[in-house]
Amino acid sequence: MSILVLGLGNILLMDEGVGVRAMEAFDAAWSVPDHVSVVDGGTCGMDMLDLIASHKHLIAVDAVKTGAPPATLTVLRGDAVPAYFKGKLSPHQLGLCDLLASLRLQDEAPESVTVVGCVPMALGTGLMMSPEIEAVIPRMVAMIVDELAGLGVTATPRP
Amino acid sequence: MAQRVVVDPVTRIEGHLRVDCEVDGGKVTKAWASGQMWRGIELILQGKDPRDAWVFAQRICGVCTTVHAITSVRAVENALKLEVPLNAQYIRNMIQGAHNVHDHIVHFYHLSALDFVDIVSALKADPAATAKLAQSISGWPRNSTQEFATAQKKLQAFINSGQLGIFGSGYWGHPAMKLTPEANLMAAAHYLQALDYQRRMNKVVAILGSKTPHIQNMAVGGVTNPINMDSQSTLTLEKLMYIKQLIDEVGDFITQVYIPDVAAIGAFYADWTQYGRGVVNYLSIPDMPLDTKGTVFALPAGYIDNGDLANGFTPIKDFHDPYFEKGVKESVKHSWYQGGKGPLHPYDGETIPNFTDWQDDGKYSWIKSPTFYDKRAQVGPLANVLGMYASGHQRTQFWVNAVLDAVSGHLGSKVGVDALHSTIGRHAARAVRCVVLHEELQNQWKLLMENIAKGDTKTFNKPVFPKGEIRGFGFHEAPRGMLSHWVVIENGKIKNYQAVVPTTWNAGPRDEDGNISAYEASLLDNPVAVADQPLEIIRTLHSFDPCLACAVHLTDTETKSHYQVKVV
Repeated sequence: MSILVLGLGNILLMDEGVGVRAMEAFDAAWSVPDHVSVVDGGTCGMDMLDLIASHKHLIAVDAVKTGAPPATLTVLRGDAVPAYFKGKLSPHQLGLCDLLASLRLQDEAPESVTVVGCVPMALGTGLMMSPEIEAVIPRMVAMIVDELAGLGVTATPRP
Repeated sequence: MAQRVVVDPVTRIEGHLRVDCEVDGGKVTKAWASGQMWRGIELILQGKDPRDAWVFAQRICGVCTTVHAITSVRAVENALKLEVPLNAQYIRNMIQGAHNVHDHIVHFYHLSALDFVDIVSALKADPAATAKLAQSISGWPRNSTQEFATAQKKLQAFINSGQLGIFGSGYWGHPAMKLTPEANLMAAAHYLQALDYQRRMNKVVAILGSKTPHIQNMAVGGVTNPINMDSQSTLTLEKLMYIKQLIDEVGDFITQVYIPDVAAIGAFYADWTQYGRGVVNYLSIPDMPLDTKGTVFALPAGYIDNGDLANGFTPIKDFHDPYFEKGVKESVKHSWYQGGKGPLHPYDGETIPNFTDWQDDGKYSWIKSPTFYDKRAQVGPLANVLGMYASGHQRTQFWVNAVLDAVSGHLGSKVGVDALHSTIGRHAARAVRCVVLHEELQNQWKLLMENIAKGDTKTFNKPVFPKGEIRGFGFHEAPRGMLSHWVVIENGKIKNYQAVVPTTWNAGPRDEDGNISAYEASLLDNPVAVADQPLEIIRTLHSFDPCLACAVHLTDTETKSHYQVKVV
């Protein structure tokens, strides 16, 4: 029943890094049992396959593009999580969808996948986030805690 | 009448690589490659502690994080003239070797093979006939009827499932697809197997780098892996033996599957040795240092002028080679930056954005245009293999000849080294580089074990930053080609930082003198059978492994097709 909380995104591109920042904020505030791993996946590629394959449940924290206004928070579960190779050809810069599709081909996809997502506002170069996006990080952290609870895991506030 | 074909984006993420071609009479007559996104890493690093630069630099890219980490510490060490302990060199060499081998397998099978392999056709193949074909070219134990039948069932299930759409939306049935159903099934089954082997290789990176993606063990002055054969929290004998096992397993896949597959596809698509030549000035650098100063290397290389391996070759000798250091410049005449000073050396490089709009004869890209002694150069596995070949590196010569002999055998006529200057040649060269790197990876493992056995466990030399200004450069032969970072440090802080990345060399716009880049040149005279399905353009671009160095990784629930083709 191992669980992976995976922060995704590029912290050099402002709100693109929101997934990593939310994962870091969660890790700083909450402690979890040993069977839960909290990992900064950063700009993921094929090198994440092994990491994801070794867990039964994946909670990916990421910037999402859903068409909703910036700072909108979303939880995607089950079939709402895209797991397809996006497009005719696959050059570089693979996303979570491609990784999940590859794992299905290998019969090693996690049993459940949740995406805790936030629609970004600014994707310029910079280590900071937009104030609007930074403001929703605590809510994203709470959503991670809830998702874990749904999987039967109690996160404990760090002292 | 000429048509304009626009592929945007070529890379997966919107806002990266766009290519415009003019097609006339079924052939490309003009080409423009354009980076559509501004990469400002240089500005983020200004004022930072040089010891931390690699942490940020490895986030430039979503694929080759490791390579920027290694190149960044090398640049700072170079400025400090800091030596690196032997163990640290070997550990870095193994990380880079494993990362490169992983990347090459992924590129061939998962990112570009489907340009040549028709998945839908594979469903029509007879698994027994496929096994017979596969067994005729390799003794790989998994080339069995049962294995191919299982793979075929898996692909059918995939195509039948709604969400996993890749196999329903490719250029299947395109007239430029030529493999028989059996050859398509063989390649598709190996695609599935390759997913497993590339992962094993990446485990080596994860063990030595403490984590992947984004390794944690780099340091200016060495690596942070403590070596203690008896402590579980350090690099132990058990971990090193496990690494050896992983390396050996992947080696069998490379020699018995990857190399034979590339030779077979090369023979089926022998006409593709006529396309994609492009710029034949080749630049690559020596890598895998074998001493603490970076003066002796396992893998030699250098610059080749005008494709002339015999007389046009100049070796690049070491980490401080002034011939390399002085030769590199970048022009922004056709890029969306303020310019006017002519091409600048990276130490003096400027990154001042100045977007104007697309102008065919003016500015049309965010990528700068690097030159080597004022000439355009191609970088990448082909440049590297030709550089090692021209240097007299014996294992490279052995494997180049082995691949060319295998292709010649399939075709029944002799194919020479000249065939490598092409679209399909770049794939063959990548396979050669992969097997040579793999052999060297085994060697580096042995060197590390022997050095530890001598009682040397040192992995780090502490850097000391002087007052005043120092400059340095670091280079590394990354999967997509020669990567260099250039740093100017003043009083212990970064004053200027420039990353001259492989894709910049290959994909830059026209330079100061109007000369075109490797991407642009390689597309000229490419056939285009169906204007709105420009598979041939994609094939040539993919042979370079196009990758723009700044990665956006949104989870996207909206966009289902990752690029658009416009015919104007």
